[in-house]
Amino acid sequence: MAKVKGAVVVDKEGCKGCSLCVEACPHDVLALHKEVNSKGYHYSYMENPDACIGCANCGVVCPDTCITIYRAKAS
Amino acid sequence: MDIKEIIKPENLVYQKSEVLNDDIMHYCPGCSHGVVHKILAELIEEMGLQEKTIGIAPVGCAVFAYNYIDIDWQEAAHGRAPAVATGVARVNPDNFVFTYQGDGDLASIGAAEIMHACNRGENILVVFINNGIYGMTGGQMAPTTLEGMVTATTPYGRNVDLNGYPMKITNLIAQLPGTSYVTRQAVHTAATARKCKRSLKKAIQNVLDKKGTSFVEVVSTCNSGWKMSPVEANNWMEENMIPYYPLGDLKDSVKGEHSEN
Repeated sequence: MAKVKGAVVVDKEGCKGCSLCVEACPHDVLALHKEVNSKGYHYSYMENPDACIGCANCGVVCPDTCITIYRAKAS
Repeated sequence: MDIKEIIKPENLVYQKSEVLNDDIMHYCPGCSHGVVHKILAELIEEMGLQEKTIGIAPVGCAVFAYNYIDIDWQEAAHGRAPAVATGVARVNPDNFVFTYQGDGDLASIGAAEIMHACNRGENILVVFINNGIYGMTGGQMAPTTLEGMVTATTPYGRNVDLNGYPMKITNLIAQLPGTSYVTRQAVHTAATARKCKRSLKKAIQNVLDKKGTSFVEVVSTCNSGWKMSPVEANNWMEENMIPYYPLGDLKDSVKGEHSEN
């Protein structure tokens, strides 16, 4: 069990579905949603939220800065 | 532990910089410009330079940079950003002045301006985005296009007998005594993007310390121009661009000293 847990909040409307965050995630947390946003892009979301450690790799590589990351110690 | 318990202001580790506007960028999905804009905005915020910074926008995809980073901007004619930056920096010596240029802008039409601005050792930062193609105009060959690379104007690949060799302009600039810090970075992975941020921070500090011109090349992708997906473009860049344009510092000294290279 991971000692820290993270959470990723994606700005659905800002996401352009480039999938760079999906590639950058070391724990396969993120995936592209099968639904699309108002611009027609498959936006990124947390498919596997339990695996997230809040490393912020996805946020660093996101070209559209639509990712916010939180991290807390697991209780 | 529930997600809602984690999403609290005290647990925040990463968010959009205050220096970035809320405008959605016009860049194609996966474009490296967005990452470099974000790094610059984060550094301007961290170093408290928002009121002091003057950016010189180029001609190219990044022409709309002034819509995204909330600082003072001046638009320059194609390739002439270093000449405009020279004037701005000399009139406003207390401000931090940087240019943001692509390879078609800096290495082709603006080659003379960048060479002479760097040779004079103007106290400016030059951010050079090298994606080996003219992205905005539809993917034509640029001076930095790799040998054999297919573009709109070289449909059979770049032929060195006809089109010349890909230009390593950063290596040329590292030879000039006016420069203080010349480096080549990339932003295609989280590790390289973090390293690029450290390099840009050092380059900004050099400009603030009046050490001479700092030049940061960022080897980038143009997935639309290369006709690839963003992930394929990153992989192609790693396999083809980075061996020709190796990452790392080319010069790290002060104005007036020659490079060891």
